[in-house]
Amino acid sequence: MTFEVLLNQVIGETLTVSICRFGPELIVSATILVLLLNRLFGIDRWVAPYWTTLIGCMIALGYATNQYLLLQQGTLPAGEYFTGLMMFDGFTVFLRIFLLLFLILVTVLTVLSGIPDLEDGPDFYTLLLGSTIGMMIMSGANHLLMLFIGIEMTSVPSYAMVGFLKGRRQSSEAALKYVVYGAGAAGVMLYGISLIAGMLGTGDMPLIAERIGQLTGTASNFESPLVRTLMLAIVMVFVGLSFKLSLVPFHFWCPDAFEGASAEVAGYLSVASKAAAFGLLIRFCLALTGTIEGAASSPIYLFLGLAIGFVAMVTATFGNLAAYAQTNVKRLLAYSTIAHAGYMLMAVAAMMVLLNAPSGAGLTSFERQELAAKSIEGLLFYLVVYLFMNLGAFAIVALIRNEIYSEEISDYKGLARQTPVLCVCMVICLVSLIGIPPMAGFFGKLFVFASVFQSAKVHWAMWVVFLVGAINTVFSLYYYLQVLKTMFLDERPEGARTIDIPLNPSGWYVIFVTAPLLLLILCTEQLTQTARTVAAGLFL
Amino acid sequence: MSDIVLLTSIIFTPTIGSIVLLLFHPKSEESMKNWGLFVTAVTFVLTLFLLKDFDSTQAGMQFTSTIPWIPHWGVNYQLGVDGISLPLVLLTSLISMLAMMASWSITKQVKGYLMLFLLLETGMLGVFMALDFFLFYVFWEVMLLPMYFLIGIWGGPRKEYAAIKFFLYTLVGGVLMFIAMLMFYFGSADSSQGILPTFDLLRLAEIGQGLVPGVTFSPTVQSIAFVLLFIGFAIKLPSLPFHTWLPDAHVEAPTPISMILAGVLLKMGGYGILRIAFPLCPYGAQWGAYALVLIGVVSILYGAFAAMAQTDFKRLVAYSSVSHMGYVLVGMAVWTIGADGVTVGRDYWVQGMNAAMFQMLGHGISSAGMFFIVGVIYDRVHHRDLNKFGGLAGLMPLYTGFAAGLFFAGLGLPGLCGFIGEVFVTLSAWNYSKLLAVFVASGVILTAGYILWTIQRVFFGPEYKGPHPEALTQMNGREIAIASVLLFFAVVLGVFPNTMFSLMGASMEQLVSAMDIGYQNAVQTVNDIQTTMLK
Repeated sequence: MTFEVLLNQVIGETLTVSICRFGPELIVSATILVLLLNRLFGIDRWVAPYWTTLIGCMIALGYATNQYLLLQQGTLPAGEYFTGLMMFDGFTVFLRIFLLLFLILVTVLTVLSGIPDLEDGPDFYTLLLGSTIGMMIMSGANHLLMLFIGIEMTSVPSYAMVGFLKGRRQSSEAALKYVVYGAGAAGVMLYGISLIAGMLGTGDMPLIAERIGQLTGTASNFESPLVRTLMLAIVMVFVGLSFKLSLVPFHFWCPDAFEGASAEVAGYLSVASKAAAFGLLIRFCLALTGTIEGAASSPIYLFLGLAIGFVAMVTATFGNLAAYAQTNVKRLLAYSTIAHAGYMLMAVAAMMVLLNAPSGAGLTSFERQELAAKSIEGLLFYLVVYLFMNLGAFAIVALIRNEIYSEEISDYKGLARQTPVLCVCMVICLVSLIGIPPMAGFFGKLFVFASVFQSAKVHWAMWVVFLVGAINTVFSLYYYLQVLKTMFLDERPEGARTIDIPLNPSGWYVIFVTAPLLLLILCTEQLTQTARTVAAGLFL
Repeated sequence: MSDIVLLTSIIFTPTIGSIVLLLFHPKSEESMKNWGLFVTAVTFVLTLFLLKDFDSTQAGMQFTSTIPWIPHWGVNYQLGVDGISLPLVLLTSLISMLAMMASWSITKQVKGYLMLFLLLETGMLGVFMALDFFLFYVFWEVMLLPMYFLIGIWGGPRKEYAAIKFFLYTLVGGVLMFIAMLMFYFGSADSSQGILPTFDLLRLAEIGQGLVPGVTFSPTVQSIAFVLLFIGFAIKLPSLPFHTWLPDAHVEAPTPISMILAGVLLKMGGYGILRIAFPLCPYGAQWGAYALVLIGVVSILYGAFAAMAQTDFKRLVAYSSVSHMGYVLVGMAVWTIGADGVTVGRDYWVQGMNAAMFQMLGHGISSAGMFFIVGVIYDRVHHRDLNKFGGLAGLMPLYTGFAAGLFFAGLGLPGLCGFIGEVFVTLSAWNYSKLLAVFVASGVILTAGYILWTIQRVFFGPEYKGPHPEALTQMNGREIAIASVLLFFAVVLGVFPNTMFSLMGASMEQLVSAMDIGYQNAVQTVNDIQTTMLK
């Protein structure tokens, strides 16, 4: 095969297959260009930047939805593209739709809350769109290189967005902390990636499991130095991902960054970057164990699964306990985000443990995959619910800030009398975060805990994870209720700023975002079905 | 009307009523209260339809109906009533209606109050009708939030503390129940035989009783699950040592909410034990029977002594609830297994179960009545200090009459509703353990002691010397109506206890048989395992 033939083949594949599969990302990229050109020629004086953003996102969302439908029909086959750098399957498209939908909701929120102003609009939306492209790449990464590029493309615009409130010292400080921490984590992760790629001779994720098998051969325990080095490399990659997921002990940036950033940006980071990082984590874990029928279940990965479970347990507990001491709503929500990352990570731990169940556990390889898929199904469900409850909470914080110029919990006293709509929606969001039925958060928790429960049959340590997770529900109750107590039970002090958000567009927006938390009980089945199809697609 | 429509409309009429309240103008308080009363009255009438079509000779579930909800997880919207749940459904809708009538004293944020009240009623009715564990759990937890706000916003001086304490305690119980629920759910499946997991309480009960070939809950699972469930329900019941939320919550809650708490919410603990903990783990129930009786006896005595020591009128009534609900626990658990492994004195146990159930109904009437009586006087003089009362009999003779009637019902005077439950529980306890029966019986005397002493301190004596003596006016028409309805039921249940016994009898009989069989099957399994191990 001559070089020319190869080149033609690549070009042909790129033009016919890859470009079309990469469509949504390209559309968002084009939107960025339009935004910048609009500013260059002064068109943004007539067409507000958010309109450009919204239209671009909607087109991309439509495209992605179409991709999903075609994928379900089988007209558009799943598979790798860009010569194996990226993966196109139900999981990718599901997360794309998730991220684009979220992007639209956040954009609408920024329009309503007035951050950024018209002058800064193009800059802000460019950053927002840019980081979303990074997240979409994360969710479809099929190569260690794309894993790193995706994370960096997400992170760099996020740093700038955190520091976007230019006049505030706190905001700049938050951005700096975020950058330093992020750069460190990225460095460690890159080192890990280079170790893996160096040892295995490939960065192609589907090949990793097989290569590891060849390399370590029968020596699948920690005696072998090869295995130890490999574990070190894997842990390093996990460090990078843990940073994005704000897992303990890599969570320190999270409360500071959230407090310094505007509530809109904090809401965006708390949901979108979590979702993308979980997508990437799942892909990486599956790359390690391999998903092909009869993939070897290795005690090393079982151990890894338990380690993830331990981190999840500690993260959830720490996040909940640390939230008690907070007086700032955004910091409180930041710790709540950490705790929720812990809950969701439990599903990943359950997946790893179930996939690598020793033969003594009495599970066939088919059952192992079935149960592992169910864990991911639970996680995806949780993510969807999490989008609405967290965005709702942050949106309410942003809208209230616009009226009372404060994000301190003590300034929320007696708000329920003045703005019942926002406060009732806050109840729904926070109660959903606690996980009390009938709010949708309960269903997400149930599905995740159910898979952890299943994995406890494989290894007793998962019992501990399960019990700690369940008890954490009680831990979390108090600090969420503290916010509600301040809003509803306390009297508004004399002379406090009044707030008046009637059923204007802001009010309707909040209702629109929180309504799914109640309505989801009517269509839980449809969502679980979708999540199940998507999750099962990973194991084909 | 088809069954599913009837049951669903009973549960969700209050919800719809609560949504309709949104349309009212916030200033039109009177019409909103009327609407709330109308909705609860409609719900009560709907439950009477249930009573009309109920066949009390039939032991099993009636009006059953199932709609798939999350088929992928085996969750169904499954409803039904039997002789155990029907009386409680009636009690709930009745007490809700009366508590709504008592809500005229609420003047703050009326719209929010009424909406939460109606949502609470939906949760309560749903718990008593759900036949799917998942659905049961959802309704169980749905009540938490309205209750938190009802106590927290409209409560007394220490309302915040009381509300959060109530929430935390109940949520801990909920989490324990959640763990047990998952244990049953995954235990009910066997993938090698293609048996899918289920949340269906009736099927789970069959599995627990060892009636389904292929799957069973092992004695260990039953014991663990029973402890988890029991703690969850004991918190609600409440029995020692999980009762400390109750005096706070009951005292701080506004009068109508205290009526609901004492009249209905406490019954959920007992109902949960009868509907879930007992039938799903008969082995666990027998294993823990002595502990249950003991906890019950301690609750009776502790509650009575604590009540005697109170100077706050409402706190006294609250502790009397702890004492009275102890009888429920004793009555349920008097299950003796003889040396030959067969139930001894089965009829006494059936009697105890029936008495426990009756005690729940009787207490539902009498405690709601007592809280209402306290509320009436508190509305007038704004204090509840027993030592500052006295001489009310001369000032408010009608009120004194109602109060005496309802307090005697709580005391267990023959001819009133409290007597039947207490006396039958004591009788069945005698068969179980003579020593414990002595303590149970002495509880009756203590009860008489603190109630008579209370009546003496509040109503008798030369004159009222407390604050606001000018406010001691006669009861108004609304208050008379509530009190007379409660007194009416207290007398009817006391004189014709068979109205209720005939409703619940068949179902109780069946429950006892099922648990008996379930225990034998579980013991059989244990023996089989031991035999195989010996071989």
